[in-house]
Amino acid sequence: MSSRETILNNIKKNVPSSTIDLPETNIPHTIYENKDEKFTTSLASVGGNAVWLKDESIDEFVAKNYKDFEVIVSTCKDYTCSTKEANKPNTPHPLENVDLAVITAEFAVAENGAVWVKNPDNRHRALYFLATQLLIIIPKENIVDTMHEAYERIEFDKSGYGTFISGPSKTADIEQSLVIGAHGPTDACVLFV
Amino acid sequence: MGHPELAEKFIANNERMHWHDKALWFVREKRDLAAHGLNEWESLREVAKQIKTHTIDKLDFYLEEFEKNAKEKGLHVHWAKDAKEHNEIVLKLLLNRGSKKLVKSKSMLTEECHLNPYLEENGIEVIDTDLGERIVQLRNEAPSHIVLPAIHLKKEEVGKTFEKFLKTEKDNCDPTYLTRAARVHLREKFLNADASLTGVNFGIAETGGVVVCTNEGNADLGSSLPKLHIASMGIEKIIPRLKDLSIFTRLLARSATGQPITSYTSHFHAPVEGGELHIIIVDNGRSDIIANDDFKQSLHCIRCGACINTCPVYRRSGGHSYGYTIPGPIGSTLGASKDLRTNKTLPFACTLCASCSNVCPSKINIHNQLYKHRQSVVSAGLLGAKKHTILKVATWVMKHPALLDFGGKMARKIVPKLPRSILYSKVNVWGKKRELPKFPKNSFKELYKQREEKK
Ligand code: SF4
Repeated sequence: MSSRETILNNIKKNVPSSTIDLPETNIPHTIYENKDEKFTTSLASVGGNAVWLKDESIDEFVAKNYKDFEVIVSTCKDYTCSTKEANKPNTPHPLENVDLAVITAEFAVAENGAVWVKNPDNRHRALYFLATQLLIIIPKENIVDTMHEAYERIEFDKSGYGTFISGPSKTADIEQSLVIGAHGPTDACVLFV
Repeated sequence: MGHPELAEKFIANNERMHWHDKALWFVREKRDLAAHGLNEWESLREVAKQIKTHTIDKLDFYLEEFEKNAKEKGLHVHWAKDAKEHNEIVLKLLLNRGSKKLVKSKSMLTEECHLNPYLEENGIEVIDTDLGERIVQLRNEAPSHIVLPAIHLKKEEVGKTFEKFLKTEKDNCDPTYLTRAARVHLREKFLNADASLTGVNFGIAETGGVVVCTNEGNADLGSSLPKLHIASMGIEKIIPRLKDLSIFTRLLARSATGQPITSYTSHFHAPVEGGELHIIIVDNGRSDIIANDDFKQSLHCIRCGACINTCPVYRRSGGHSYGYTIPGPIGSTLGASKDLRTNKTLPFACTLCASCSNVCPSKINIHNQLYKHRQSVVSAGLLGAKKHTILKVATWVMKHPALLDFGGKMARKIVPKLPRSILYSKVNVWGKKRELPKFPKNSFKELYKQREEKK
């Protein structure tokens, strides 16, 4: 008997006399009067920051806020000043020296400062973690209250990779002292456009 | 050695014991703040419990559904009935691709399987990449906590370790400095790795993908650079639907550290370009626990660590005192289910205060399970001879009320007059680090009688 059968049979041996149905997951939950404000404080609490673009282009915003950044790559069509092409290399390794990655996210979640990043056009998911800093672009109307709404919006009918990113990478493994910037980006800014 | 002996070593350093206790209580308080911040917290726990109960009861069905959907997406699925088979599968996958350098992110399952020494014996370099795990790996220690692997160490000790292995500045133990040093050291390991292994927080039956939650980004960085990604998953990690994650992602990080969500909640439904994603489904004793109604809820665990942080025994005895891969209340019940003889002291490393069950996001009846395990220890004759005799005598006395009354009366008269040297002599194990309460004049029974008479 294969291990697969052994395991499944062992589980089947113990079929319970009664089972309960799967519950509804969209339970009554917190709704934020001002989602933008909630998102901003949530993101700040995890070490990131949120900005709303006003009367300027993304190019101008980057030029102003990321002055001395040498290597900038982008998966966002509205940013046109990349110094390197993210999809060009055949392996992600040449992206290790990226100073800033301008990436797109589908929507933001007010309760926890997370953004949903799933971009089939981005060839190397490692980019999100190799870059020293992240600038995440999201249409400003795409903000939901909680993870309940968030999971209504995502699907994996096709294969792929998607991640919720909430702030920069961090650790508190040394005496519980929070250090921003563990293995991934040391800074994450969410830009609503 | 059992828990009392190992704990004794830990509490010998009074200052460190209190430091450890405080560090964990701080985490518990952050959890409370996060939990109280949501009105729907209790409903989330209730729904989590229902999802888990339903899933474990139909686990064979959901595992098969998971396998089918994962395969449709081009992922590879393997089944391992025990630790040995799991380790062999990992090694075979590595050898098939000629991989020699493995970067690993946190996985208690691989700790349970003792994967690292096995791979090292077979010539594979294994690097734990979670900062806490890397620290304990360099020190040749086991993690002392499932979420905070190096919580037992002071920054000075980490500094010394890094001085030796990463050539950091002498006596520099600033957490930011040390974290940066580890970042540089591990970046190089990530970039040169030719395979990665991650644990799994959730396996989604409906979509056939796996979800991994980390703060450091190590699981993502590790799995997105090399072509081979192996994900090791216990059978109980299955959830039926993608949207079930709306419940669990709201509970997990808040329960663990008080954060609203982990920095990264990554959903893997495909390998990297030109790569392979292999999922190993591991039983290793879990399906036996399903058979036992008293203990099967222990498979609802989402490994948040909240029960560990709140446990008054864990906080004062440290993770290494349990001698089992998973320490604290949940580890004590899992360990006892797995091997009662070896882990017979663990159900007693508990005050039955029930704090664990009260904080558990899946509402597992942890303390009830420990109480049940104690009974099994006694009926299996595994209790030490001394305790066994004491229990026997106590049972006999309690069956004779007159004798109990007399004994109580004498004790109230005599004990307060006894000198400390006798009272706290070696024979009285209970009196170690404990003070007897003041003896009242009358027993409860007498007081109750008086009260009734006055009425
Ligand atoms: S038993 Fe509950 S509280 Fe403890 S680690 Fe598991 S899920 Fe968390």
